[in-house]
Amino acid sequence: MKVDAPVPETSSGIRTMTIEAFADTILPGAKRHPEDRAVAGAAPGPGATVCGAVELLELPGGGLAPTLDALVGSLNEHADEYIATHGLRPDRDVPSFVALPFEDRTALVRGLTAPDHPEKQLWVGLALFSYMAFDSAAHLRTVDALADRHPGLTFLGFRQPDADGLFRFPRFSYGRKLADPHPQTTQTGSPR
Amino acid sequence: MTNVESTDVLVIGSGFGGAIPAYHLAAGGARVVVLERGPWLTAKEFDQDFLLGTSNTRIFDFVVGDGMSILGGNCVGGGSVVYFATMPRAPRFVFDRRGGIGRRMWPGSITRDALDPWYDRVCEALPVSMVSWDQVPYAGGLWASACAHAGRTANPVPSAVDVGLCTNCNWMMAGCKFDAKRSLLLNYLPAALAHGAEIRPLHEVQRLTRNDDGSYRVHYRMVDGEDYRVLHAAGAIDAKLVVLGAGTGATPVILRRSEADLGPMPHAVGRYFSGNGERLNTAVFDETRIREVLGLDRGDGTPYEAYQIGRGPTVAAWDRLDGNLPEYERFSLEQLYFPPGLGTILAQVPGVSDGPSWFGREKKEMLRRWQSWLTIFIMSEDDNEGVFGPPPQTGNADRLSQQMLGFGPLRYRPTANTLRGWSLADAEIKDILERDGLARVAPWTNDVIGAYTVHPLASCRIGDDPATSALDDRHELRGHPGIFVTDGSAVPGALTVNPALTIAALAERAMPGIVRAAQARGVTVRYGAPAPDGATAGRRAVASTS
Repeated sequence: MKVDAPVPETSSGIRTMTIEAFADTILPGAKRHPEDRAVAGAAPGPGATVCGAVELLELPGGGLAPTLDALVGSLNEHADEYIATHGLRPDRDVPSFVALPFEDRTALVRGLTAPDHPEKQLWVGLALFSYMAFDSAAHLRTVDALADRHPGLTFLGFRQPDADGLFRFPRFSYGRKLADPHPQTTQTGSPR
Repeated sequence: MTNVESTDVLVIGSGFGGAIPAYHLAAGGARVVVLERGPWLTAKEFDQDFLLGTSNTRIFDFVVGDGMSILGGNCVGGGSVVYFATMPRAPRFVFDRRGGIGRRMWPGSITRDALDPWYDRVCEALPVSMVSWDQVPYAGGLWASACAHAGRTANPVPSAVDVGLCTNCNWMMAGCKFDAKRSLLLNYLPAALAHGAEIRPLHEVQRLTRNDDGSYRVHYRMVDGEDYRVLHAAGAIDAKLVVLGAGTGATPVILRRSEADLGPMPHAVGRYFSGNGERLNTAVFDETRIREVLGLDRGDGTPYEAYQIGRGPTVAAWDRLDGNLPEYERFSLEQLYFPPGLGTILAQVPGVSDGPSWFGREKKEMLRRWQSWLTIFIMSEDDNEGVFGPPPQTGNADRLSQQMLGFGPLRYRPTANTLRGWSLADAEIKDILERDGLARVAPWTNDVIGAYTVHPLASCRIGDDPATSALDDRHELRGHPGIFVTDGSAVPGALTVNPALTIAALAERAMPGIVRAAQARGVTVRYGAPAPDGATAGRRAVASTS
């Protein structure tokens, strides 16, 4: 697939919706509103979409931003093939990938990221950024994300920093010996 | 290119392989220039921040290859700035490994006994310290306790962290904000500067050429300080002697790119790469069972929920570091923290049978229990099966992101030997952690980006056999006098433990010979500097060996 040129017929609305649906397939969440089409609502709580996957992917420093239109076009083409192969009759009001039910989105993404798929690297890249939006909020200052209770970091239980914005954990140890060391340990603490 | 500068010794890279030669040569009187492709940050510039463009991505490189991805440092201080500072010595049997070449991989002159005085020098210089149980973070304690419950041993591992300064924030991969981690920014590099060495950040060496007088010309490009995809002016520096410490993922690439002028490289340049046999497993613990089975309590009724707290790996199980076991069946199992971002995507849902294992509904539920995770790091014996393809146009990777993420030319297909070691290690972890319902555990998937390593080794290795080693036992590149390699690429193979101390000890050991070679090439320099802080015990101990 050629990814260095934008696909002209893809409007920004289609692009956002398709990326949101992909990110929601990687880490699914609850629908944002009853009419939400991109987010399938396959799991309770936040998913990668509400965590900021689109915002992160659109940052120029990430490297995928110039390719997003092409990726979206390709993903919807793959969805069309999937629809044809499986004899599905999806709603045509939304991009093809978005039209797929969650289980079919999942099956398609599994195929695209399988070890032998020629475009695997692209789809793994898209998945990696989806993860990073959820579990590290890489488009936001971490202290700000935590202060604003970023849904992904909150879901992980990521701890808050001190008042000065730095992380310190003064209580960190069980404070006692919990195993016997290997009998062959040297005086400097290394294996013999 | 306008003018060509000159120096006595040009050092490429400022990690262990570059900082140690830079210090000794400068202290001995040589003019030394260090070219480092990454930026130069200090403690106040290290961020505890996942935001793209902070130190988290500025000083760290993630190079995706075909079947193997390499994670490493990209800054002044190299790997020492981003690593976890876990510093065991390699076990004795490692030096007798034969690998796939039917003979001892290591030079005959190097054994554990021969290397111990050089380990001592590094331990004095950084310094490296033993860790007491009351300094072991919860995650290490949990691993130790589980090992003991399963009838295994477990050791707090020697460390180059000043635990008195450490806040156990686990942001070490973005640089230590508290200067608790004894990186090279605190010892060898400032000492080298004090002796007149010059360190130039954001200078990426591309290739070497040979001058008529036998000296070398080192060609570099300036790297943009924010967007590493952008290269600026070119330049060159002549040097009587060159030390490569660009790292296992870059040193062979620079040498291969230099073949057009220097002539053929030894066969082993860019071959025999080892990922140190590395592989990860992630366990999700049942907090109730931690209390019931192991009797652990943080003092407030919480059994664990402390994956985020600590300082990387602190406790290892060394029961399988047994020289009587067959090669490829020996490994260490070390507790580890791996931050979110790269540290979650590859973890697989334990026991998933139908749906996807690394993404999707079940995986997200696994993330809900992230603070109850424990990652176990396998370091085993792989088969040196990595091979570098043709060099990219510049650097050692085609960069995708402005920082950190790129695609490199390394190809790696694990052999049956490597796979067997991983399988045995996976089974051992499962046996320890799933006992009595403590946890569910699964290895990270290799289907997404292939295998991965934070300890790349052996792509330009020392040895006695010219057919299977790029360097002689003095670390000089075969057929190219005056070029030395002292980084992780010189290590012959997997070490079954964290390799930084061994890389550093080998660099220390190489120094008397490199100084002699510099003298022979007309450099006024002598060997014999004390430790960077002036301590002399290590120097006295190696005096008889050098």
